Amino acid sequence: MLDYIIRRLAGTVPVLLAVSVFVFAFVHLLPGDPARMVAGPEASLEQVERTRAELWLDRPIWQQYVRYLDQMVHFELGQSIKTREPVSKLIAERFMPTFWLTVWSMVWAVIAGVGLGVLSGVRRGHWIDRAATVFAISGISFPSFWLGLLMIDLFSVRLGWLPTSGYGSWLSFVMPAFTLGSAVAAVMARFTRSAFVEVSAEDYVRTARSKGVPERGVIWTHTLRNALIPVITLTGLQFGFLLGGAIVVETVFAWPGLGRLLIDSVGFRDYPVIQAEILLFALEFVLINLLVDVLYGLVNPEIRLK
Amino acid sequence: MSATTLGSAALRSPLGEFWRRFRKKRVALVSLVVIVLLLVAALMAPWIAPYDQATPDYDALLEGPSWTHWAGTDTYGRDIFSRMIWGGRVSLTVGYLSVLLGCVVGVTIGLVSGFAGGWVDGLLMRIMDVMLAFPGILPAIAVVALLGPGIVNVIYAIAISAVPVFARLVRGTTLALKQALYVQASRSIGVSRTNLVLRHILPGTMPAVIVYASLRMGTSILTAASLSFIGLGAQPPSPEWGAMLSDGRSYLGVADHITIFPGLAIFITVLAFNLLGDGLRDALDQKLR
Repeated sequence: MLDYIIRRLAGTVPVLLAVSVFVFAFVHLLPGDPARMVAGPEASLEQVERTRAELWLDRPIWQQYVRYLDQMVHFELGQSIKTREPVSKLIAERFMPTFWLTVWSMVWAVIAGVGLGVLSGVRRGHWIDRAATVFAISGISFPSFWLGLLMIDLFSVRLGWLPTSGYGSWLSFVMPAFTLGSAVAAVMARFTRSAFVEVSAEDYVRTARSKGVPERGVIWTHTLRNALIPVITLTGLQFGFLLGGAIVVETVFAWPGLGRLLIDSVGFRDYPVIQAEILLFALEFVLINLLVDVLYGLVNPEIRLK
Repeated sequence: MSATTLGSAALRSPLGEFWRRFRKKRVALVSLVVIVLLLVAALMAPWIAPYDQATPDYDALLEGPSWTHWAGTDTYGRDIFSRMIWGGRVSLTVGYLSVLLGCVVGVTIGLVSGFAGGWVDGLLMRIMDVMLAFPGILPAIAVVALLGPGIVNVIYAIAISAVPVFARLVRGTTLALKQALYVQASRSIGVSRTNLVLRHILPGTMPAVIVYASLRMGTSILTAASLSFIGLGAQPPSPEWGAMLSDGRSYLGVADHITIFPGLAIFITVLAFNLLGDGLRDALDQKLR
């Protein structure tokens, strides 16, 4: 097992390095002079040159990259052009709201999605199955920002039950987490159903049934446990989707998270923040997938030993 | 299956066989009709839109749906239904062009990667892996951050995020087809590499590409609308659906129709492409999942 984890970790390193090259190159692809951008439009020529030297922009590109890597490892992410605050501080402030939003979205999406998927897999052809299929296909076609606005309209403006926006008590989580998780729940439901149906056709399920295992046992022990293995992988992939989706949902609900920070920074062309955020999102996604792979190896020895 | 049905299936052309199976998918057929109607509406927008989409009418601000304005009017008194028809032009064009661009580049990379193998394959696939490391809408936002907001940049942004998925899909099929007997046979009688790839392998990758392109149309339209909604895509006064929706935010509870109708347009369009993709998948290849 340890051997497998080490191999997977080692496989992640080149991807992370390549991601860092992409993000590093980002600033150099921008039109205009990066030193001028950081120094500000009113800075004198001398100030711009001083900034250039400070940022090592006058050194060879490989030295700049090595310095960039060194800074990343030490969480030195530079300074925001807009607020002049350290980027690491801005990100630290915004991290938890986005973290909890994605976690709660994932929790309800997995429970609802897997539950619905199993239910429709067991009751194939039943109206529950049909309703679940309709939900699953609509769910992935529904614009999240539309869902969010419709919910605000109904539950905040008309009924006054939930706050329209902001980050605070658990009540403020209800609509954003529901909105963000709904598409994932839909994907989960579809996927779980087809995994469940596939496993139901396996010989060992038939064997279990024919040797007299009660139906409950056939479903829970023999079918579900095996059907859930691919679902784990899907959960990891969907986490990436949630991170991306959070950017839109945070805008709808004025959520003080990383997504809003990114959008505001793009609007302001605050490149140090944009650069750090893109790196952070990619890093999180790669690490989550690593974690999923490890979990996968834990439940499925076949993968581990390959 | 009896020998006779096998025989008759073998006699049908692949296209005929596909149509025979696709015809039975009622939901997919309806979706296809919806998509054709949307296309016609978008193409004919100047003739069928009841009002000019850009002309304000200060005597009819924020009016609800009525016989004169089917979907009501917005803050400037512009007819929302007319704007939705014009907006269809924007959304469908963005969807179509971005998928086409992403598909052409992705398929090319996939073919080269799968056929060449070796270090070329390794390098190209690692680059694709890195592109896939940026989740969801993020690559599109990064591209917009570089190129600046606007609908044309959104097309590039969405196309770029589609490239790695098409590339991987086509690479997989290419690897399998390279070993197929008919390809080996063509190779042994001296068919050139270019011909081998373009005439013998490329057509074989098409079913999966078509299915994925249809599903991707839905995703692309949704992403474009999201980008416009958060202010990075189409800019006002463009009647893009996502941009229209974002106008409605300030009037929730006062003029809900500004939010409801453009959202409905996005939902129906994306749903139609997703259902069509599902139907195509079932009809083109049972093995695709």
